[in-house]
Amino acid sequence: MTMMSHILAANALITAFAAVGILMWISGAISKHLTFGRIHASAIAIMLGLALAFWGGISTGGEKGVADLPALAGIGLMGGAMLRDFAIVATAFEVDVVHARKAGVIGAIALGLGTVVPFILGVFVAAAFGYTDAESLTTIGAGAVTYIVGPVTGAAIGASSPVIALSIATGVFKAVIVMIGTPFVAKMIGLNNPRSAMVFGGLMGTVSGVSGGLAATDRRLVPYGALTATFHTGLGCLVAPSILYFAVRAITGG
Amino acid sequence: MTISGVALLAICTLLGGLLGDLLGVALGVKANVGGVGIAMMFLIAARLWLMRHGILSHGLKTGVEFWGSFYIPIVVAMAAQQNVVAAAKGGPVVVIAGIGAVAVCFAMVALIGRFSGRVETMDEIEAREAEALAAPVPHFKSGRIG
Repeated sequence: MTMMSHILAANALITAFAAVGILMWISGAISKHLTFGRIHASAIAIMLGLALAFWGGISTGGEKGVADLPALAGIGLMGGAMLRDFAIVATAFEVDVVHARKAGVIGAIALGLGTVVPFILGVFVAAAFGYTDAESLTTIGAGAVTYIVGPVTGAAIGASSPVIALSIATGVFKAVIVMIGTPFVAKMIGLNNPRSAMVFGGLMGTVSGVSGGLAATDRRLVPYGALTATFHTGLGCLVAPSILYFAVRAITGG
Repeated sequence: MTISGVALLAICTLLGGLLGDLLGVALGVKANVGGVGIAMMFLIAARLWLMRHGILSHGLKTGVEFWGSFYIPIVVAMAAQQNVVAAAKGGPVVVIAGIGAVAVCFAMVALIGRFSGRVETMDEIEAREAEALAAPVPHFKSGRIG
């Protein structure tokens, strides 16, 4: 047993790869067999990650979730700011500017609204729950945009870990509601043509939420929604820790 | 070479981070202002430039795309190391902000749809395309063109 934990601790990052991989397999199985593909495996994996962090925090009394367990310290490196920013930047490589033009003005309007409106809403909810500092308000607002924009913003402007955890959870919760709720409201909001799918993708953001929700509504609409949704995270990472943060700071006077 | 992709990504990330920090200093805040977003724009620009000059090699693509495909696992690792115990005390924020954001955005999809007029639905597009296919095509009797 000590040999085992020695190997795990000595190869911390490799252990983290294995642990996260196993978690993704479990999530894939849950997604397929328990939710019949309704909820995307990635959203389940992130929820499991948050649940594990809760358990890790209780069992170790620490502040860094499972990364406080010596054998799983590598999770701290794998999910730390360095590799996270690296991987998020890499996703921009799939953005095709030619495709972006297809979405046109209406896609751009949807993207802009899809970033600013959830942000404002998130800031108001956070303020209603007693947060007063610009960093926490901005981070929770950014979490209401997507679960990536939240932590990226929080790390950039120096928010506390509990607030960052809240912003991730808000974003994941949003993605899950989009996945489950879309088929039920599709008819009401006119989600039956490529253009409304593009507007939908730009407004909702989260690629996993949009592609999951559209797939359950009408599989043919998925590429149109994903087209605008892919820009959402990049736009959010650009404006949330800059323009939106300054706006919040100006209002709170921080 | 795979490393050229990884290196390109690294350079873009570092440049973005540096510019974000510089912007923070210039604006007088202790924060990285939009560094990740700036880095993404660098990468998009680099990809366009490489494509125009025809030097976007398979290896280079592999190097960047590997890290792009690693994004969800890294986000899972990130989630697993947050101070969730402390966050759980603020639980209702998650539910209210999440539901609120989705509800407002659903409403806006409907509004934008109403204001921008009617367009062909997916079913109509497919019906039209199927009709066009089924219609006899003149002039191509032998299957040869010209």
